[in-house]
Amino acid sequence: MAELNQDSGKQAKGGKVRAKKNGGKVDLTAMVDLAFLLITFFMLTTSLNKPQAMDVAMPDKNVETDKQTDVNVDEHRSVTLVLGSNDKIVWYQGAVTSPKTPPTVIDYSKDGLRKVLLEMKQLVPKQTGGKDMIVVIRPSEKSVTRNIIDALDEMKIADIKRYMISNRIMKEEIELLEKENIYND
Amino acid sequence: MGKAKIKRASTSIDMTAMCDVSFLLLTFFVLTATARQPETLSVDTAPSYSQAKLPDGNLAIITVGGEGKVFFSMSDQNVRVEALKSMGAIYGIDFTPEEQAQFQSMEDFGVPIRNMKELLKMDPSARAAVQKGIPVDSTTNLTNELSGWVKQARLASAKILKNKAIEEGKDPDDIDLLTVAIKSDADEKFPSLNLIIETLRNQKQNKFSFVTGLKSADQ
Repeated sequence: MAELNQDSGKQAKGGKVRAKKNGGKVDLTAMVDLAFLLITFFMLTTSLNKPQAMDVAMPDKNVETDKQTDVNVDEHRSVTLVLGSNDKIVWYQGAVTSPKTPPTVIDYSKDGLRKVLLEMKQLVPKQTGGKDMIVVIRPSEKSVTRNIIDALDEMKIADIKRYMISNRIMKEEIELLEKENIYND
Repeated sequence: MGKAKIKRASTSIDMTAMCDVSFLLLTFFVLTATARQPETLSVDTAPSYSQAKLPDGNLAIITVGGEGKVFFSMSDQNVRVEALKSMGAIYGIDFTPEEQAQFQSMEDFGVPIRNMKELLKMDPSARAAVQKGIPVDSTTNLTNELSGWVKQARLASAKILKNKAIEEGKDPDDIDLLTVAIKSDADEKFPSLNLIIETLRNQKQNKFSFVTGLKSADQ
């Protein structure tokens, strides 16, 4: 270990201090330590600084007519999340004019959105005879990007196969948000 | 016959080779590590649990932040030049080879194409202050310049990759398409994000990625 400084102290006793011939060997331990430390650092930073990506697929749009093709689905199957301001959501099942469950305000936490999604995921197939749930994420003008990302994240966590982002918010839905006081700037 | 004496080996090991190898690796990692370019518009992305990573190359990122300011960046330098040329042709602006070279080395930009020449003349360090975002609206007309940029970047990427595939004797139809990603500030309101999503959908770019941060531990 200590080949560089082989000062044994014997020479100090008396007589001439002889310059000891060094064998030309340098202790490389510290150097190797440092090199490996830097290697580890660069290895980790090169792969870790890549940002995460969340892939989204939007439904195809008919550019010419710009009309949504209406598909009739069992209203029990559709669960709509209207994203409001203040990190709050209003959700309901079925159509907004005659919801199957009364619109309820929830947040993005584990006991909010995730709980609802998991419950509905169990409940919907029972109501519809084995058909799975369709979640419609409908961001309002007052919601922020974080809300959309969080909602998409919850879809992945709750393992929901059918979900879509819709930007066609309805008048009734905005009224809902206003009534719950989550349509603020 | 005398007993063979067992020689005591020295406890110190020769580390020269180990040191050589480790420094070789170190040099490799230092050189391959790409220094992160400072972004003109820095945004704070929302975290997600998503484990997928953005691809390294063949990527176009639309950055949106600061109340609807839109910036555009293309990862591949050849795609940048091609896209600039075709955008210039569409809007009737002729870019000189010097300006093209300047544009090639520019990571991202956020100016209307009319002001592109002025921007390219400026010193790179002074550029950040004057960029106010690319015009974007809900149409597919010339007023929606972002739509043009995305389209031209996609065409340029496809063209370059096709030529490369033909040169290498591969199937020119079997190429990777340009990945389009949206990097939006976490507190950006939905209308400005919606404009970008609609711009992409209007040109049938229905698949895109959101750039997100890492949310590690469960809440």
